[in-house]
Amino acid sequence: MNRITKKFQEKGADEKLMSLFITAGYPDLESTVDLVLGFEKNGADLIELGMPFSDPLADGPTIQYSSDVAIEKGISIDKIMDMVGEIRKHSEIPIILMGYMNPVLRYGVAKFCERAKAVGVDGFILPDIPVEESGLIEHEAAKVDIPIIYLVAPNTSDDRMQLADQKSGGFVYCVSVTGVTGARSGEEVSQSVNTFIERVGKNVTKNPKMVGFGIKSYQDAQQIAEKADGFIVGSALINTIKDVYPQQNWKEHVFEFVHSLKFGK
Amino acid sequence: MQTTETKTTYNQPNARGYFGDYGGKFVPEILIPAITALEQEYQKAQNDPEFLREYHELLEEYVGRPTKLTFADKLTAHYGKAKIYLKREDLCHTGAHKINNAIGQILLARRMGKTRIIAETGAGQHGVATATACAKFGMECIVYMGAEDTVRQKLNVDRMQLMGAEVREVTSGSQTLKDATNEAIRDWVTNVEDTFYIIGSVVGPHPYPMMVRNFHRVIGDEAKRQILEKEGRLPDYLVACVGGGSNALGLFYPFMDDDVQIIGVEAAGYGVDSGQTAATITKGTPGILHGSLSYLLHDQNGQIELAHSISAGLDYPGIGPEHSFLHDSGRVQYHAVTDEEAMEAVKLLSQKEGIIPALETAHAFAWLENLMPTTSKDEIVILNLSGRGDKDMKTISENL
Repeated sequence: MNRITKKFQEKGADEKLMSLFITAGYPDLESTVDLVLGFEKNGADLIELGMPFSDPLADGPTIQYSSDVAIEKGISIDKIMDMVGEIRKHSEIPIILMGYMNPVLRYGVAKFCERAKAVGVDGFILPDIPVEESGLIEHEAAKVDIPIIYLVAPNTSDDRMQLADQKSGGFVYCVSVTGVTGARSGEEVSQSVNTFIERVGKNVTKNPKMVGFGIKSYQDAQQIAEKADGFIVGSALINTIKDVYPQQNWKEHVFEFVHSLKFGK
Repeated sequence: MQTTETKTTYNQPNARGYFGDYGGKFVPEILIPAITALEQEYQKAQNDPEFLREYHELLEEYVGRPTKLTFADKLTAHYGKAKIYLKREDLCHTGAHKINNAIGQILLARRMGKTRIIAETGAGQHGVATATACAKFGMECIVYMGAEDTVRQKLNVDRMQLMGAEVREVTSGSQTLKDATNEAIRDWVTNVEDTFYIIGSVVGPHPYPMMVRNFHRVIGDEAKRQILEKEGRLPDYLVACVGGGSNALGLFYPFMDDDVQIIGVEAAGYGVDSGQTAATITKGTPGILHGSLSYLLHDQNGQIELAHSISAGLDYPGIGPEHSFLHDSGRVQYHAVTDEEAMEAVKLLSQKEGIIPALETAHAFAWLENLMPTTSKDEIVILNLSGRGDKDMKTISENL
């Protein structure tokens, strides 16, 4: 069984799963595997491993920055696949590769999917591939049985939510506000988000719902994920790393933050 | 004798916004409702006589259309070959063709009840055109411009600000058009409810490449009518510079089914193999940037490469998807000329015809060095003089 699906099946009734986004190769190429394993020990249930792109137009300055650093340090899809392979020697945590389509296209879609399968990837999130453009990759992904996770936003129509549910596997990614990643504060989004997730719930019936964008703390996460199966944190995690890297014990500080996100302390 | 062969009619893009294999809408889900609404409204507007009347009236009364098709007698004598005609988009209000599209899109924005306009700009011509349209229509205007370009094109920054636009300097990446476009898209993603994004070239997600082309086809429609009046026949060659490619498609599109050789001229920068170039078709391969699949300058990892051109308007690592299609199909020939060749062309046109072209436009003129010797005296060339060079005087002076 797909590791993502299994993880949701094992989830406690009131538990909110935590998915963490980290740019592969940030803050350096050597740390990614350790960070992912440490995230798991400190409460992460799923990992979204970001494949850096020079022009991440759905992301804010934080992920643009971490992507630039990783590209500068020489990240490539091959290196990301190696990282996943290394993580798999130690862990069964679900790993989702998340990134823009151009590097995947340049790498070769078929080769990308085969390699991902071989190293133990569990899903793909491609923010610049809406359902109408899924033809570029869905066939190759289906061949290796790796699901694509589509996004829905508050301005997504009911019909399109149903389509996203039908095409997605693993979960559906709910973007809690219109905006680029990291742009809004938790308080600002919490009021409208429940209404949004309730509407998602009416349309997304096959897949679990994970909610992301703007979560910075345990309190944010609990509020925002009230009606969802879990939450996603990205920019706030990258910002935490940015603040402490490369101080001594920087990873410990980052893991403390991760622990507090999931458990409140 | 009558032929039974039916002439094929150029009919691009398809309903999904594809020109052959190129185009599409590669945007975050958040933008899908916005581009779907735009597509629907544009379809309605295209068939609304009142919309078309207002658009054409503004082009006539405000932009100053039709622009002239000037016979360049001195330049023609200089080469001693085919007759050269210049389509005078430099005479448009604001000094370049960009205003045709800005007017069209602002009318759409008003129809859709949007009050906040954003735009990206490289050379500043599209920014100025958008700021102009916003001033005329009383709309809020925010223009994203690479920090490097705000220096190269200071005059245009001043013009935009004078007309009430806010110019936001973009300091990420190469600080040029590509990064300004990223920032404009981010703004759009964040403020999609009240904001209309006026894209300045035949790039971006469907329907922009088609829509921007259609707002510029007035260039080719006029040129066709004018050359038939002056010469009683169609031209043999069309020449235009290509960055994103809007002035080129504006001229080319109405001639697609005619027996005319069409040439697009890209910016080679320091040379197509110098690693500092903007010759996307010549050096690029297909990829996805800013919402569409098209030729791109990118490295083996799919990271976008920094383009280089002396001309801020051509300094872009992508190109409109329709150009990629026209290249692959062979309907249009694409060539590239260097910064240096473009500068020589600026001098030649200034001295022979008393017209200082924009640096973008100078690239089209530079190709005449290669084209003209292959032509004959009974042939006709129409070159799109897409913009005037006043905005480039700083760069031109530094490179003379």
